[in-house]
Amino acid sequence: MSTQASRAAARLMLSPAVILLLMWMIVPLAMTLWFSTLRYRLLQPGAHPFVGLRNYVFFVTDPAFSTAIVNTLILVGGVLVITVVLGILLALLLDQPMWGQGVVRLLVIAPFFVMPTVSALVWKNMFMSPTSGLFAELSKAVGLVPFDFFGQAPLASVIAIVAWQWLPFATLILLTALQSLDREQLEAAEMDGAPPLKRFWFIILPHLARGVTVVILIQTIFLLSVFAEIRVTTNGGPGVASTNLPFLVYARSLLQFDVGAGAAGGVVAIILANIVAIFLMRAVGKNLDA
Amino acid sequence: MGMIELSKVTKRFGYVEVVPPLDLTIEDGEFCVFVGPSGCGKSTLLRLIAGLEDVSGGRIVIDGADATAAPPAKRRLAMVFQSYALYPHMTVRKNIAFPLRMAGMPPEEQARRVDAAAKVLNLTPYLDRRPGQLSGGQRQRVAIGRAIVREPEAFLFDEPLSNLDAALRVGMRLEISELHERLRTTMVYVTHDQVEAMTMADKIVVLNAGRIEQVGSPLDLYKAPKNVFVAGFIGSPKMNLVSGEGARRFGAETIGIRPEHVRVSTTEGTWTGTVGVAEHLGSDTFLHVHGTGLAETVTVRVGGEIDLRHGSRVHLTPDPDKIHRFDANGLRLP
Repeated sequence: MSTQASRAAARLMLSPAVILLLMWMIVPLAMTLWFSTLRYRLLQPGAHPFVGLRNYVFFVTDPAFSTAIVNTLILVGGVLVITVVLGILLALLLDQPMWGQGVVRLLVIAPFFVMPTVSALVWKNMFMSPTSGLFAELSKAVGLVPFDFFGQAPLASVIAIVAWQWLPFATLILLTALQSLDREQLEAAEMDGAPPLKRFWFIILPHLARGVTVVILIQTIFLLSVFAEIRVTTNGGPGVASTNLPFLVYARSLLQFDVGAGAAGGVVAIILANIVAIFLMRAVGKNLDA
Repeated sequence: MGMIELSKVTKRFGYVEVVPPLDLTIEDGEFCVFVGPSGCGKSTLLRLIAGLEDVSGGRIVIDGADATAAPPAKRRLAMVFQSYALYPHMTVRKNIAFPLRMAGMPPEEQARRVDAAAKVLNLTPYLDRRPGQLSGGQRQRVAIGRAIVREPEAFLFDEPLSNLDAALRVGMRLEISELHERLRTTMVYVTHDQVEAMTMADKIVVLNAGRIEQVGSPLDLYKAPKNVFVAGFIGSPKMNLVSGEGARRFGAETIGIRPEHVRVSTTEGTWTGTVGVAEHLGSDTFLHVHGTGLAETVTVRVGGEIDLRHGSRVHLTPDPDKIHRFDANGLRLP
């Protein structure tokens, strides 16, 4: 039981950490909001006059903007579908008793430890390169013309790379969820006459709902801000074919040196993230309750 | 109907033989209880009958048909698990209907059977709740409901009451016995609790290390245990087993005498000792007497009104007609 005094003491002692974290968040947010209302271009020295919402109008009416929004959603959605589906299959596979289970599990987790820039470079140069990549060599070996992944299917290629990075995370969460399933439930379903596919559909999948929810929520946070993989591989191109919102913000503020428009893009990104979060919590959040 | 015959059934896990070749017949409509200490293979035997484990040798015949290789779903048996194994994301209604749904039964027939089962088990008010919102006893009834809607040839119970508190256990014990009286379907029931075995069974199978020690009606086992193991296992409090000098006087290597078959006197008797702990239950008193010259403490059951306590000197006389005598191999002497 906590007394009033101990609760007050707890609050007092927590406050430095809370205040620090709050400052950490509030100050950059306030500055972004402030900059987004200024005409602030690094190539035009001098005063930074207040321009109201003109930066937002400029950012939102840019033809690249709608493409970037769509690309962001496709990237998030695509990676989520791939990692959840393959993650469930891999988790089912890894849950089977087999020789060398520990080593195999470690290997499956390995991609998660590779830095995004490094893995993107490996994929770009060693696998997907139309001149020297492994896939090009394989196509040539069977007499096909090598496929130019980043030229022909830039967004799909980025999705593949990001999905490869996040698959271990999904697999790990879903594997632990799978291991917490009561074996007697499966045996009961077997006695009740449910064949393996129906056992999967009626018993295993509902049990995994919470794990899938965790995977979706956590991955979405990170997938909305995918940047390194795009910067290293396609640089947002060709044109804006693989530009997502974070990359567009980067392009505005650091390629065109327009701090004001970049800040406005950042605020738009925050709004988008919150919209996605509300939809997600509505759709899958109930799985987290008891 | 639901007759189950096991012939030469064997189960090995790797090199460990947990069930040596074993023969057993469970008659149709019988309430058969497997009882034994933990690790004696009773649950394994039940799982072999259910088909959840494959036999290493021998044949299982259910209802006249060889079911040795049949998958669990094809054996027309229903099982109630120790953990109930309810599906947590489904309502009670859906849980009970699950086997019917898997069998592809039309929805109206499913609803009819679920309602009938719910009525029998007093679950009607809870049909739209989830297992997480039910008490232990209600969950147990849902598990039984899921078993009875299929109208199986036999029910298999794997220690179904061990997760319930003592009061509920007595209640559920009666309900299951009641259910058996009504359905008259074969039931195979695994427990380590010999009180459950004695009160519920038509036939008790006492198992030890995978072997059948004795098969018989509860009173047969109580009155004429075939060996020392059964003698010590059946009955509560345990039968007094005396070996050595005290037994040789009766012409046996070991003798057994039940606590209720020892007469207590304050003046004279065969053995004389001191009361250690006296457990007053109200209706009965259990005296643990030591210092009788025997190696073992003797437990005696006397009436509730007796005024003997710790430290009292008592004289004990075993009822000569009720002494069980066993030879050096632990087998009953005639």
